[in-house]
Amino acid sequence: MDAQTEAAYDGNTMAGPLSEVFAVEVTTAVGRCHGCGTSSQLATFRVYGPDPGFVGRCPGCESVLVRLVRTPDALWLDLSGMSGLRIPMAADAAAE
Amino acid sequence: MARAAVSGGLKLRRTWRRAVLVERRTETPSACTLVLEVPGWPGHLAGQHLDVRLTAPDGYQAARSYSLAAPPDGEQIEITVQGVPDGEVSSYLVGDARPGDSVEVRGPVGGWFVWKPEQNGPVLLVAGGSGVVPLMAMIRRRAMQTNSARISGASFRLIYSVRGPEDRIYDDELRRRAMEDRELEVTFVYTRAAPEGEPRPVGRISLDDLVSHGWPAEQEPTCYVCGPTGFVETVSDLLIFLGHDPTRIRTERFGPSGP
Repeated sequence: MDAQTEAAYDGNTMAGPLSEVFAVEVTTAVGRCHGCGTSSQLATFRVYGPDPGFVGRCPGCESVLVRLVRTPDALWLDLSGMSGLRIPMAADAAAE
Repeated sequence: MARAAVSGGLKLRRTWRRAVLVERRTETPSACTLVLEVPGWPGHLAGQHLDVRLTAPDGYQAARSYSLAAPPDGEQIEITVQGVPDGEVSSYLVGDARPGDSVEVRGPVGGWFVWKPEQNGPVLLVAGGSGVVPLMAMIRRRAMQTNSARISGASFRLIYSVRGPEDRIYDDELRRRAMEDRELEVTFVYTRAAPEGEPRPVGRISLDDLVSHGWPAEQEPTCYVCGPTGFVETVSDLLIFLGHDPTRIRTERFGPSGP
């Protein structure tokens, strides 16, 4: 699928699969695009999917930021399009 | 922090749970609401969604994401499903699922497209087609708040774009709530066929609709826009053009086709 095709979904739709592996709600995290430097919430990524997997692209430049494929015995997660993730944490998280 | 107030906790990793269909209600010719009983359901915020997974006899599985349509009622939750042509999951849920049937659900999930009663300020809701579902959850959640606390909640305005009158989901309830509640305004925008007496010509949502029935940007409303991708892009662009701060515009996209 090329970036010219309109993404049918956004990062909100990846919240379920991501909740299998992340201990916190991660669609509110802000990812920085390795390509153009745009920072955006995962929820706002342009997402293609859900089958056979999800591809999330940068709202700024359409670079691929995340790929996620769930197979019966594994979850494949490629975050190489991002140079960082800022994950909001409750202020008391360190104490728990 | 408010984040810690999510019932069930955002720290819980989500696993699949068995859910039993207890009731189904027809909303439109192509959409229905399913009431599910989910033992151990941890509660949810308005705007959150869940994933539904079906397993075929041969082991093949398909999962799709659906918005929760109402605040939780104990362990009972509601989703409203719009049938889509060849939809692997929706065609079963809309067409075949009967009370007593069970599916697997995972949720609640999502933390971006949510409204919390403690949020201050006016709210603009803009729905395209079945994008009204998570927005209805917000309207119902707000109504609970105003009823129980006897305080005036945030003022809501809903602009709801549909193809024609028969496509209005929650039609009666929206009209009733708008009549009863001075702080809730509901406006329908018809894109292809309007009911008799509708003064607005049919057509896609426009700047005029948002100016006439939304909030001025100076009032700093939080804007929630949900619908097909093209609809969401159009409305977001119009809101930004009108001076709304992009950081107060929250969007959820599903599906490529416009209403």
